Amino acid sequence: MTRGEENVFSQTFEIQGRNFGKAGNVSTKIKEILKEIGIDSSIIRRTAIATYEAEMNVVMYAQRAELTLNLTPSMIHIRLVDSGPGIEDIELAMQEGYSTATPEMREMGFGAGMGLPNIKKNADKFEISSAVGKGTYLNIYIYLNQKRR
Amino acid sequence: MSQYFHSIRIDKEKCDGRMKCLRICPTQAIRVRQGKASIIEEKCIDCGECITACPNSAIIPLTDPFGELTKFRYTIAIPSPSLYAQFDREILPGKILAGLKKIGFDDAYDLAFACGEVSFAIQEYLREYEGPKPLIFNACPAVVRLVQVKYPDLIDHIISIDNPREIAARETKKKKSKQLDLREKEIGTFYLTPCPVKMISIRQPAEKGKSHLDGAIAITDIYGPLLSAMEEVPKESYRKSLESICILGIGWAVVGGICRTLRLKNSISVSGLTEILKVFDDIEKGKLRNIEFIEAYSCLQGCVGGSLTVENIYSSHNKIVKLIDTLEFEKIKACPDIREVRNLYRQRYFFIEGKLEPRPLKPLDENLARAIMKRKQKEEIYESLPQIDCGACGSPTCLDFAEDVVKGEANLGDCLFKNVSQTSAILEEEKEGKESRKRK
Repeated sequence: MTRGEENVFSQTFEIQGRNFGKAGNVSTKIKEILKEIGIDSSIIRRTAIATYEAEMNVVMYAQRAELTLNLTPSMIHIRLVDSGPGIEDIELAMQEGYSTATPEMREMGFGAGMGLPNIKKNADKFEISSAVGKGTYLNIYIYLNQKRR
Repeated sequence: MSQYFHSIRIDKEKCDGRMKCLRICPTQAIRVRQGKASIIEEKCIDCGECITACPNSAIIPLTDPFGELTKFRYTIAIPSPSLYAQFDREILPGKILAGLKKIGFDDAYDLAFACGEVSFAIQEYLREYEGPKPLIFNACPAVVRLVQVKYPDLIDHIISIDNPREIAARETKKKKSKQLDLREKEIGTFYLTPCPVKMISIRQPAEKGKSHLDGAIAITDIYGPLLSAMEEVPKESYRKSLESICILGIGWAVVGGICRTLRLKNSISVSGLTEILKVFDDIEKGKLRNIEFIEAYSCLQGCVGGSLTVENIYSSHNKIVKLIDTLEFEKIKACPDIREVRNLYRQRYFFIEGKLEPRPLKPLDENLARAIMKRKQKEEIYESLPQIDCGACGSPTCLDFAEDVVKGEANLGDCLFKNVSQTSAILEEEKEGKESRKRK
């Protein structure tokens, strides 16, 4: 993943499923870190949106997840591994507007079926795999091209 | 010498390093080194929390002395509507404005009227606004600076309508210079301020080169003279003195006062910086998108809660609310003419004159690779600290301390718990505490 680069900032965060009170905390924390390092604000914005959507998916559907931020001078890599129901049909889940959200979730303003498509839109490279009944695995890459604020 | 003007100074003689300011600062802008507090200019938003917190009165708000008036041939007082809530209930705005003319101002302008006009202007603005929501109002300069420094992404949420105090200063100057055949710079406009932060918005406006106001005088400084001067003001009938009060503008002195005039379906009012931080965090997380407008004041209860006011803040809040009730009951609706406001709005009369830019904090290093390395070191240092935010090192939290060490502004040895020889016992105890907190 980040072979050949020694200068890596790496931090792992835990996300609890169904914990709506803490939802969004991990993406906020990541945003803070990127700001301190001085990453370009448009890149921070994209990373924050992608991370937030990934985080919300865990909160809504999974039991728990580990999200790891790896940052090198050339890219931001977010890896998310969750324990949860997994996704039966990834192709379908990637379609805009498709959602399995419950009415309660929709009432809270979630479940518009934009989560995964939104992650893809904001990433430079996006990988997703899933095992039904076990969990989902995401890799989000955003390249930095040395653009500074 | 420094890039930013601040309306707060620390008197090093009086400061004895009691750290109250260190803990209360919402942007972690204060450090205590060698027993004396100092402000990190880049981080300070001039909210004034430290002024109130300091037990030694060592933190001083910089406002203009009353003597500044002599520099001008003609002077106009523009009092914050919060001044109206500082006296007994029977003392109404008309009498206060008359009192101001007795203590040395040539004229006194009722800012509540300009507030009413701006309320109408905001309604117009919201009607055609298509940018990011919620819109954040800019009457409180501490809130504007908080966004510039801590929430640069939210800069586009800040409304482009100017403050009533600026518009009032601009217009009265124009009018008086014509009337009296004076040059505009011979006329001094002074804001009577409930807080020090308005001072920086005059000396160093967030968005434009120069303020239309010439200074800010603390309400606490004029309170005494004004109180005695008002005794000489002839009594007006109660009904008559009510009739000149603009019901739309008077509420601007308290939190909720602007939202009340906008009649929006979804708007919120928030006061106190800790509460504002929570709300802005939520906006950053993408929440509150259904809210159209946010009215935010760094002081509790709004401008009546400023550190340069005299009356108890809850009592003054109540006075304003009761005054509005009375005006409603008496069916007095002294308001600006909405058609005229709309006309002025189309001429861009109400818009800010520059562009508000973010003022994000400097990164850990200008070089990306080094910045990443430093962030890594910061995390490692933080992990080695007790994480109890005792503040004894002089940094407000362990995380700030870790950053200060990485930046070379503090030594790891400043941490009591790092001085193992003396404090090994405490260290062990703390470690256990930390482990058990982690297990939870």
